[in-house]
Amino acid sequence: MAQRRWQEKAIQLTLVAMATTSLLVVVLIFLFLGKEAIPFLKDPGIARLLDRQWMPVSFQQEHFGLLPLLTGSLVVTLTATLITVPFSVLGAIYIAEIARPLEREFLKPFIELLASIPSVVLGFFGLVVLAPLVKALFGLPSGLNGLTGGLLLALMAIPTVISISEDAITSVPRHLKQASLALGASELQTILRVTVPAALPGIIAAVMLGMGRIVGETMVVMMVTGNAALVTLNPFQSVRTMTATIAAEMGEVSFGSIHYSALFCVGVVLMLVTFVLNLGAQRVLKRYGMMT
Amino acid sequence: MICLRPRTLVLLAALVALAALPGCSRPDKTDATSKAKQTLTIKGSDTMVHLMSTWAESFGATSPTQVSVTGGGSGTGIAALLNGTTDICAASRQIEDKETALAKQKNITPNEITVALDGIAVVVHPDNPITELSLEQIGAIYTGAIGNWKEVGGPDQPILLLSRESSSGTYVFFQEKVLNKKDYSQQARLMPGTSAVVQAVTADRGAIGYVGLGYAKEAGNKVKTIAVRSAAGQPAVMPSPATVKDASYPVARALYLYTNGAPQGKVKEFVDFCLGSAGQKIVADTGYVQVH
Repeated sequence: MAQRRWQEKAIQLTLVAMATTSLLVVVLIFLFLGKEAIPFLKDPGIARLLDRQWMPVSFQQEHFGLLPLLTGSLVVTLTATLITVPFSVLGAIYIAEIARPLEREFLKPFIELLASIPSVVLGFFGLVVLAPLVKALFGLPSGLNGLTGGLLLALMAIPTVISISEDAITSVPRHLKQASLALGASELQTILRVTVPAALPGIIAAVMLGMGRIVGETMVVMMVTGNAALVTLNPFQSVRTMTATIAAEMGEVSFGSIHYSALFCVGVVLMLVTFVLNLGAQRVLKRYGMMT
Repeated sequence: MICLRPRTLVLLAALVALAALPGCSRPDKTDATSKAKQTLTIKGSDTMVHLMSTWAESFGATSPTQVSVTGGGSGTGIAALLNGTTDICAASRQIEDKETALAKQKNITPNEITVALDGIAVVVHPDNPITELSLEQIGAIYTGAIGNWKEVGGPDQPILLLSRESSSGTYVFFQEKVLNKKDYSQQARLMPGTSAVVQAVTADRGAIGYVGLGYAKEAGNKVKTIAVRSAAGQPAVMPSPATVKDASYPVARALYLYTNGAPQGKVKEFVDFCLGSAGQKIVADTGYVQVH
């Protein structure tokens, strides 16, 4: 009897440990990022992060302003989201409500295939094919800009957003739709006025998760956005995102330098942004009881 | 990462040169363990990756030692040397005072060996009628003082600035030599590798970029190399092995290998090979300039 209780206790503890591991990892990452970022706040001071320039390698004066990187990430994320939302939501509605089973079986694997394209490949495609296209289409001096980055990131986010939105739409209770149809509403009216509003929290959460993916994506933006650290909200300008900055510069810095801790400050900000987005998505899901 | 065959190396080198993925160069933190297996790791300059991997391949053909080469930038290589994660660091710039000080702290004595010379070619789109510029003009273009080709005798077209990432030794060298230590214009697009610079110059009529002589030669007719005057009254000189060697082409530099202390054992074998006649023939074959 005693042994049995001991065994159960052990099993329970193991399971608790497993479940809390990821939590622990997140906390440790936060601590580590903070530890490496704090020296910057102490020595050059937080005011240096409020600069309007990011110019970490200079013979004159190094600048570590986060503003251009924040606007860079913002431009790319907003552009990508604006492109993602209509495509994904309409796509999800079609797949969930209108498509015949055969079509669904055909469409879904292709959408999932899109999610599996490595980002470097997409980036190279962007550099060689999409950037010249964007340049010609909008008559720009260069195709290396926020818009090209946003377009490619939308390609990466669409599969995620479609599949979660589709789940949300499919899980709308049948009786809602049936009631609507019984009252004489057409198929289209039912979809637009009943099903989609009922699934809206799930769709919003899907978009937020997609945004989280977009903010964190690195390789694609590094290859096609031109990486000029400008303070701009214009998607036709070159932008430098937080992720690309960390990826491009972390390899080069000498450990413990100001530049090194400045990059960790960028990392902390980036992590906070994705954290807030994910948290927001979860709260939306929870509030509407779509997550158990 | 532990024992790469020469073919794989060339592929890897091509990949690194293609996208200069900073992330790619991370995984060899385990090199300390691989040293026992007669492998030699070289890390550093993206400019030198092509040269290093060709050296590694032909050295590996006659020696039991396997040489693995990764890029990431000169700064990355020097950091790796200071952290003891690479045997040899390939650098396209000299070690900085900051890094020497850090080396002293870590009890490492960087030993510099000049193995080749390199000219930096200034390249423009093939349709650009400009054939020559002075150092001062190129500097003014890159600092943003000159923004249109008509200001240097070309067509009325905005100049699209293309630069390497700030982690590149070439970036720092160009800043010191051509920009006179001034900051790059914020409009400059920082491309993640030499191939990306070539690709972007090919795509944009108004573009100007700088790449190693070897890469300019390889790019052939896709880009146009322009002649450079060291000062207003001086003759314009095209970059070539001869003009780099006699120092008449102004944008040239030495390429270095750094070792910890004087080279010994297999490190010495490799360095001797690079400086020997076979190694120096490879220097010429890959588009660089021999030291002897």
